Amino acid sequence: MTDIPKIELSGVTKSFNKNHVLRGVDLSVGKGESVVIIGGSGSGKSVMLKCILGLMDIDKGTIKVDGQDVTNLRRSALDAHQTKFGMLFQGSALFDSLPVWRNVAFKLIQTPRLSRKEAKERAIETLASVGLAPDIANLYPAELSGGMQKRVALARAIASRPEIIFFDEPTTGLDPIMADVINELIVKCVRELGATALSITHDMASARKISDRIAMIYEGRIIWQGSKKDIDNSGNPYVDQFIHGRAEGPIKMQIRKL
Amino acid sequence: MNPLALIGRTLLDFLSVVGRLSQFAIRSVRHCFLPPFYLRQTLKQFLDIGYYSLPVVGLTTLFTGMVLALQSHTGFSRFDAESAIPTVVVLSITRELGPVMAGLMVAGRIGASIAAELGTMRVTEQIDALSTLSTNPYKYLIAPRLIAGTLMLPLLVLIGDIIGVFGGFVVSVYDLGFNAANYISQTWQYLEFRDVTSGLWKAATFGFIITLMGCYHGFNSKGGAQGVGKATTNAVVSASILILVVNYLLTGLFFAGK
Repeated sequence: MTDIPKIELSGVTKSFNKNHVLRGVDLSVGKGESVVIIGGSGSGKSVMLKCILGLMDIDKGTIKVDGQDVTNLRRSALDAHQTKFGMLFQGSALFDSLPVWRNVAFKLIQTPRLSRKEAKERAIETLASVGLAPDIANLYPAELSGGMQKRVALARAIASRPEIIFFDEPTTGLDPIMADVINELIVKCVRELGATALSITHDMASARKISDRIAMIYEGRIIWQGSKKDIDNSGNPYVDQFIHGRAEGPIKMQIRKL
Repeated sequence: MNPLALIGRTLLDFLSVVGRLSQFAIRSVRHCFLPPFYLRQTLKQFLDIGYYSLPVVGLTTLFTGMVLALQSHTGFSRFDAESAIPTVVVLSITRELGPVMAGLMVAGRIGASIAAELGTMRVTEQIDALSTLSTNPYKYLIAPRLIAGTLMLPLLVLIGDIIGVFGGFVVSVYDLGFNAANYISQTWQYLEFRDVTSGLWKAATFGFIITLMGCYHGFNSKGGAQGVGKATTNAVVSASILILVVNYLLTGLFFAGK
């Protein structure tokens, strides 16, 4: 018997008026696997994550989670679907009106309905697991550095022990050392939780560190996927140009000539 | 461009906005009545919209009542009808000026603040983050504001009515030489229960309009700081115009032929 993929996308398309962002994405992520999607800006990476989460409806195709069709869900079915996920947003997306511990414990107070005392204890434990001291629990996000905000956002994403975690550009805007610290934490947290991880990034060092498998999206389609050790010998000129960051190659940046 | 095509395009755009706004309003109102209810959020909005708007509304209605007494005296003294001043002040304040002035001031204060807050949350992905944390943004962000706006505005207007009438009393007694007891007696003589309640119904409607416009424009804002600025302006302008239009319609409904 074949294993049912944790996440499966078949022929997913999504357009915004005349802008065709996803043009038939096919992707499968196994249970406990960590897949990284690489691709240029505007290639549809973030839109794909939002479609899987149910934050956006798709135009065509199907999205399955645990073998169940979750395409364009509504109301309570969508709420139930979203409880499986945790997400680390590119800009952290911390609630600036709430202290750090309330951010981390937000889902714990909503869904399992823990008391505030229990939720705060869990939040402090989770903060410790991403290397943050308990004394930052009562600070507000604006009082933290960018790297600390990312750690708090990671703590929030994992606090409810989700089955699936999405990482949207987890190292953007961080210095190389802090980026590596975040990568290490991602690997550690995903391994400890046994979660399935789907990440999107431009950062090849991050992609190599946190992935089991890498897929490249270009013009709304997955054009290559394989093990991370095969990426340097992919034989795909688009992948080669992207991973080496070359201006010359088949990927043309749309720059208006003066 | 063909002028007919331009008219057609404008009409279609207008209908599309009306459709989206109606859909948003129906969805938001539905979430006001369906659990879970966020009591803490709702109480916070009661404070923000009700308590903290009191100084602005109080000052506005105080000076409106004072000016009304002065202006009525200027006009009525020309045909010896000064005795009508208390009645004119109390009817104008309770039926029209109290709810409309309070509505416009709160539209500036609260409509702008809601649009800016939700707009910033939208562009920094905090609203998407809420969905990934098992929290419906309509229930958590919009329903508390709509409930607080609709319930708090009548209370604010009731207090504003009393302050406005007091303003007219102070000017009439201390500046225009009215006898205090006569002024109060005249104020009560022609005042009907319906004069006050019609103003309170108007206030509830305006409260709903102000918070709905703030939420709609903030929730659907796009882009960065510019998008949030545009959402804020649109929230205040659309709420103010709707208040004036709906005030006319409600006045016709309450007092036509009476």
